[in-house]
Amino acid sequence: MKFTGTDSYIATDDLMLAVNSAMVLGRPLLVKGEPGTGKTMLAEEVARALGKPLFQWHIKSTTKAQQGLYEYDAVSRLRDSQLGDPRVHDIANYIIKGKLWEAFELDSQAVLLIDEVDKADIEFPNDLLRELDRMEFYVYETRQLVQAKNRPIIIITSNNEKELPDAFLRRCFFHYIRFPDRETLEQIVNVHYPDIKSSLVKEALEVFFGVREIPGLKKKPSTSELLDWLKVLVSEQIAPEFLRGSRKERQIPPLHGALLKNEQDVQLFEMPRRRTGSGY
Amino acid sequence: MLIDFFLRLKSARIPVTIMEFLTLLEALERQLAFGSVEEFYYLARLCLVKDESNFDKFDRVFMAYFQGVIDPLEELTGEIPEEWLRKLTERFLTEEEKQQIKALGGLDKLLETLKKRLEEQKERHQGGSKWIGTGGTSPFGAYGYNPEGIRIGQDGSRHRRAVKVWDKREFRDLDDSVELGTRNIKVALRRLRNFAREGAAEELDLPGTIRATAGNAGCLDLRMVPERHNKVKVLLFLDVGGSMDPHVALCEQLFSAARSEFKHLEYFYFHNFVYERVWRENGRRWDRQMPTLDVIHQFGPDYKLIFVGDAAMGPYEIQFVGGSVEHHNPEPGAVWLRRLLDQYHQAVWLNPGAEREWPYTTSVQMVRQLMGDQMYPLTSAGLDRAIHYLGK
Repeated sequence: MKFTGTDSYIATDDLMLAVNSAMVLGRPLLVKGEPGTGKTMLAEEVARALGKPLFQWHIKSTTKAQQGLYEYDAVSRLRDSQLGDPRVHDIANYIIKGKLWEAFELDSQAVLLIDEVDKADIEFPNDLLRELDRMEFYVYETRQLVQAKNRPIIIITSNNEKELPDAFLRRCFFHYIRFPDRETLEQIVNVHYPDIKSSLVKEALEVFFGVREIPGLKKKPSTSELLDWLKVLVSEQIAPEFLRGSRKERQIPPLHGALLKNEQDVQLFEMPRRRTGSGY
Repeated sequence: MLIDFFLRLKSARIPVTIMEFLTLLEALERQLAFGSVEEFYYLARLCLVKDESNFDKFDRVFMAYFQGVIDPLEELTGEIPEEWLRKLTERFLTEEEKQQIKALGGLDKLLETLKKRLEEQKERHQGGSKWIGTGGTSPFGAYGYNPEGIRIGQDGSRHRRAVKVWDKREFRDLDDSVELGTRNIKVALRRLRNFAREGAAEELDLPGTIRATAGNAGCLDLRMVPERHNKVKVLLFLDVGGSMDPHVALCEQLFSAARSEFKHLEYFYFHNFVYERVWRENGRRWDRQMPTLDVIHQFGPDYKLIFVGDAAMGPYEIQFVGGSVEHHNPEPGAVWLRRLLDQYHQAVWLNPGAEREWPYTTSVQMVRQLMGDQMYPLTSAGLDRAIHYLGK
């Protein structure tokens, strides 16, 4: 089975190759790229396209690698022991399975998303090396070895907030999602809003690429912002001619709140000429 | 096969390992990329390169290594559809550039010459001023300097076939040996955050102890955690004026990145070298000065000291009483630098000047020596090294 994108997700050739290689060779695929270019979406769409169950493990700054495997709920066991619950004698009752375990024990192949791996502590990826490599781990409490019945397709996303350790990188395939070019972007818009007027898309893309090219933007709008913006443009019934007018006069685009998420960026747009010179 | 390619990647300082190379061979054996150079390129990149900052280096090695292999496949002929050439120029030339083309006798003539050249030329070419190729000053080719030129090979191939991706070098911005943008600086500075939780385990971890004790069925199990150094404190000393002028934009970027990354950032300006006074606002430097001694007294030794300056000056500005170009300094600059270094043990000097030129300036060598060799170039790789040192 091969991944070729879906009716709502346009995958470029190199992305398809990356996903398919990761699938065939059973390696985790590390995906980086500008925010809003569909890194997290990728796992969802791969699962959907291939008809496989998806497990999502969202990483926070406090997430520990162990939590993905299993957790030992010692506190409930302590409570049960005070209450004389017979369950207390079997420690297995207090082992809570993590996402990795759930994906491992499935009879069919699953897709596992480890989202924003860079948010966690720097040691986090190192703690998962063996698990990702051998697709197995050991439960000390019950002296049990958990092995993956089918190696899940693992997709890991990163926003580059922390550097990932070399040992971890070596075990992954790496793909960098580039910001899509105009043609791909048009395709993406088409699959999301098939009924939208093409003249509106054309003008909107002009404005959008214009905004992206303003130097010094704190957060460049990306694909997801463009899609949001188009949605409000349609719902507010903005005419393409109006967009063209605002672009010609270098005004801030209508409903810019969907595109520019930073107050300083909005100001930047309002006075593009004042900030060309710099220096003391 | 391909071992040569692997070795070339290694010598281009891309961190590739044998394991990754074997993975690539395995992928090739499974025919994941078959019969297409482009697919092979993507596959090789997928397996071997794990950071986008190395993509550009990879592209260059790929370009150089496979040039000889690909070219015979895509035999160069002089045939180029006219409408395609027109499309190309419309796509890449702005109004001003179109005006400039008139200098060469108009678009038609330019296209004609281009066609003629292409017919004459039978092999790939680099450099030079006439042939079509890369890096030259001929009006035709890529990465060249002729403003009247037509870009070829950078964004589209001459054969309307698969575009040669590695030839585009789209990831050039991400290469970390080039000078950096704010985002790159931020990522580099961010590393200073890392040691917030480092150090020996010396504090009692109360929730951990409770959890472990409960897990131990009620027997006490003490847990310790490292002390939290949650505040990284930075003192930034920036050289302004004079020889620093060409580096102003770069320093501004560093400064704005540093400002958003550190809660405790104190910054001061100096001119050429630190003496008994520094100042906060460059506009009002004469009435709002601060004695350097006060700086030392006010900010404790837990601050990390970062100088930013090109260290290019007369040696007397460092060594002698009265050596400053602006005022009479009662003590030599070197004394002041040593005082600062005595207080702040973690100190680096970031130099925006090119590293290869340092040995040719006496004062740079002197400063470097004074700093105990802790001088780093202001590129993202240099910044990385500097921050790594500060993090120790």
